[in-house]
Amino acid sequence: MNPGKILLVEDNPDDVALTLRALKSHNITNDVVVAEDGAKALDILFGADGKGPAEQELPAVVLLDLKLPKVNGMEVLQRIRADESTRLLPVVILTSSDEERDVIEGYSLGANSYVRKPVDFVEFTQAAKQLGLYWLLMNRAPPVPRRS
Amino acid sequence: MSLRDWPIKQKLTAMLVLISGLVLLLTSAAFAGYQYWSLRSATRDALAVRGRIIAANSTASLAFANVADAREILSALRTDRHTVAAVLYDKGGHVFAGYPTGVAGDVVPAVPGPDGYRFERGLLIGFQPVEEAGSQRLGTLYLASDLAAIYDTFRLSGVIGLAVMAVALLAAYLLSMVLQGTISQPILALAETAKAVSTRQDYSVRAAKLGADELGALTDAFNQMLGRIEDQKNELQRYAAELEQRVEERTHELQERNESLRRNAAELLAANTELDAFAYSVSHDLRAPLRSIDGFSQILLEDYAGKLDEAGQESLHRVRAASQRMGTLIDDLLKLARVTRAEIRTEDVDLSGIAHDIVADLQRTTPERQVEFAIASGLRARGDARLLRVALDNLLRNSWKYTAKQPQPRVQFASVEANGGRAFMVRDNGAGFDMKYADKLFGVFQRLHSAADFEGTGIGLATVRRIINRHGGRIWAEGAVDQGATFYFTL
Repeated sequence: MNPGKILLVEDNPDDVALTLRALKSHNITNDVVVAEDGAKALDILFGADGKGPAEQELPAVVLLDLKLPKVNGMEVLQRIRADESTRLLPVVILTSSDEERDVIEGYSLGANSYVRKPVDFVEFTQAAKQLGLYWLLMNRAPPVPRRS
Repeated sequence: MSLRDWPIKQKLTAMLVLISGLVLLLTSAAFAGYQYWSLRSATRDALAVRGRIIAANSTASLAFANVADAREILSALRTDRHTVAAVLYDKGGHVFAGYPTGVAGDVVPAVPGPDGYRFERGLLIGFQPVEEAGSQRLGTLYLASDLAAIYDTFRLSGVIGLAVMAVALLAAYLLSMVLQGTISQPILALAETAKAVSTRQDYSVRAAKLGADELGALTDAFNQMLGRIEDQKNELQRYAAELEQRVEERTHELQERNESLRRNAAELLAANTELDAFAYSVSHDLRAPLRSIDGFSQILLEDYAGKLDEAGQESLHRVRAASQRMGTLIDDLLKLARVTRAEIRTEDVDLSGIAHDIVADLQRTTPERQVEFAIASGLRARGDARLLRVALDNLLRNSWKYTAKQPQPRVQFASVEANGGRAFMVRDNGAGFDMKYADKLFGVFQRLHSAADFEGTGIGLATVRRIINRHGGRIWAEGAVDQGATFYFTL
């Protein structure tokens, strides 16, 4: 089994720290690449020039916050779904709010899952664990499209 | 122009002249007839008188056959230029003497005709017997007179008559010209007034009254009619002006109201948008720090448990509990805000079904609790299914919560008659409340129990009341401490 990387798109450093800790505490030790805003996430996925991913491989899953500086989560999701190479990339919205319009818009734009971050850290840890287990181990990732 | 279209003045004048002319003509004709006949008889009588005188004078000359004498007598007729012929016949009927001398021919009959005076062949002729008083007849006198005298008189009369007639007609014409005014003037004045009214729409004019006759009465009636029309017109104008003013006022009022409504709507929209943005922001931003507080407290507890004494650990637990409580508070507040903002979609809602769902969820998440639920079947209502589910969820969870210390907890959901109508009822035999504070039950952040006894944010019942109110319904509660609580609501 060769689980891929996780792309965590999160601007709040506390949340980054808590998420990393939650993942690690359940032995999900995969590389977690952190993008502090939507623009950086797009750079990582499509390269600074927008022509191709800066890294060779796509992450196994994107954990995407919604309220982000510069380019917000919905726009990032839109770009991911619009591009042929990332069209099938699993994206999990991981955010503070469960406002209905966010849930509807997220799924409408093609999110694979919508998870609300619980305030209770114990619950949060549980959620991170299940996310990691599911998307990294259980889920069969889509084939990586070959770039021309 | 036909007679019908003549101006009334001309008609009246023509009528009067025609009538007087006709009267004059008839009178003249009668008079002429009478004069003709009287002239004829007078002339005849005069000739007869003359005949008798001449006859009386002629007796001697006839008796003595004195022709010269007879001629002398007859020649006296010279003075009368109208006598055409005079002849004396003797007893045998032969001409004895004649006037004028040698008269003969058609004017003198060869033999005397029957006695008497008559008109014949354009002449007045007469045969007068000549006789001595009381004795035998001596002969016959024949007189012939032309009718010039009659005709002269007649002609003169005719000329006089015609002149009189002309003068009379002229007088009649002049008089009629003056007199027709008494009839035509009021009519003309009326016509003039009517014309002024119809052309200028001026109802203030009045026809001049020229007499107290029928035309005067007509003028009065016409003027009264105009007066009434004028009054009514003025009244109508006043009404119209009033109406216009009222319409203007109303329009103005409506415009103001519209303006204020528009402002209110805009304000409401702005407020709603603001509330939306606020709720969205709260939903996202207020929870993140809480997560950090709770998360790092937990990390402290996990990683530094050895360095913390019991009190320190206890403090961290309190920090965590407080942050989680605040998370719940935020969630509940957001729910309340959502209830306020949500659009109501009315449909037929199966309240019994919803209640069963909620109870099933409660029993699944808290299996250790044994609560006896009695849910009446077939409870339905018109309303927003989602909001009503939130309301019922709050009420049933409340009952669930407040019966926690009751050894035999019972919760009932049913429909009852209350306040003269149908109401839904959620009743439990839990902690209840003091009716003194019943009005505080539904206020935001209002709690009748301490957090130590029963957890809660004090937002649930406020949310329920808002949902019921938004459905146009009412909610109230009855209860007593440790005797349970009953919530009633109408939809």
